[in-house]
Amino acid sequence: MNPDLFSDQVLAEWGAIPLTSTMISSAAVSVLLVVSMAWVARAVREQPDGRLAAGGRMTFRFLADLVRQSAGRPSPTLEVFGGSLFLFIFASVLLGQLPGVRTPTSNLAAAAALAFLIFIAVPVAGIRARGPLGYLRRYLRPNPLLLPLHLISELSRTVALALRLFGNMMSGQLVVALIVALAGFLVPVPLMALDLLIGFLQAYIFTILGCVYIGAAIQVGEEQ
Amino acid sequence: MNDQTLLAMCSIATAGFTMAIGALGAALGESRIGAAGMDALARQPDESDAITRNQFVGLAMVESTAIFCLVIALVLLFANPFVAGQ
Repeated sequence: MNPDLFSDQVLAEWGAIPLTSTMISSAAVSVLLVVSMAWVARAVREQPDGRLAAGGRMTFRFLADLVRQSAGRPSPTLEVFGGSLFLFIFASVLLGQLPGVRTPTSNLAAAAALAFLIFIAVPVAGIRARGPLGYLRRYLRPNPLLLPLHLISELSRTVALALRLFGNMMSGQLVVALIVALAGFLVPVPLMALDLLIGFLQAYIFTILGCVYIGAAIQVGEEQ
Repeated sequence: MNDQTLLAMCSIATAGFTMAIGALGAALGESRIGAAGMDALARQPDESDAITRNQFVGLAMVESTAIFCLVIALVLLFANPFVAGQ
């Protein structure tokens, strides 16, 4: 038995570029999110008292509060970034519950790409807020001897972010696949509900941790 | 028994041990978080939102060590670089 956990199925070829199932499903998640959010935005503008508009505002408030609390300061750019991460990860879990669709983030490359976004966003946000020297001073604090440890921690936390998301999503899919193979149709439904809960939690954790890392880079030097 | 069989056998046994020991540590840690969370909830029921949120964040962080072990166990089983024919 080879459940094909670490590789990616090539569904089509577009010129020389292979289109894998992860690429197609994550593109589908992005398109669905953009379309549905545009729909919610139109509802907020044209029918502000409707249920859809209320749901959209509640979602936005939830995400903005989440980002503000974990980053430690209000930042509209960071709210958009963190909210998009949350919505993307949770929407891919929802899409992964459809039969025959694998969650895009249950592929190591997709999870690593999301973690790499955070890895890039930390110096970008830090340099924008504090300037290059002000940001780089963070690595020499409290003592220049700690520079290697700072570098290792940047790398290892990125790897941990990627592996945590990948492991949780992939193990959920694997358990459902095993139960379907052993017990049969409709038996893994409770496990799929658990999978949704875990997916929500992982989206939450990923967003919180990303915003904590970015917030720490923004607030360099403010602690004194 | 040739080398490949021995390697596969050791990989399977190691995968089992990886998962067992990894789950043990995470279970101990999560139980402490759960107990501390219940304690805090009993003392301060008004703060239940903040307590529950931080508790879930802590649980997921602790659980990630078990998830790392799961990934390593699955690499040993299904994507082992030293076993031929994979």
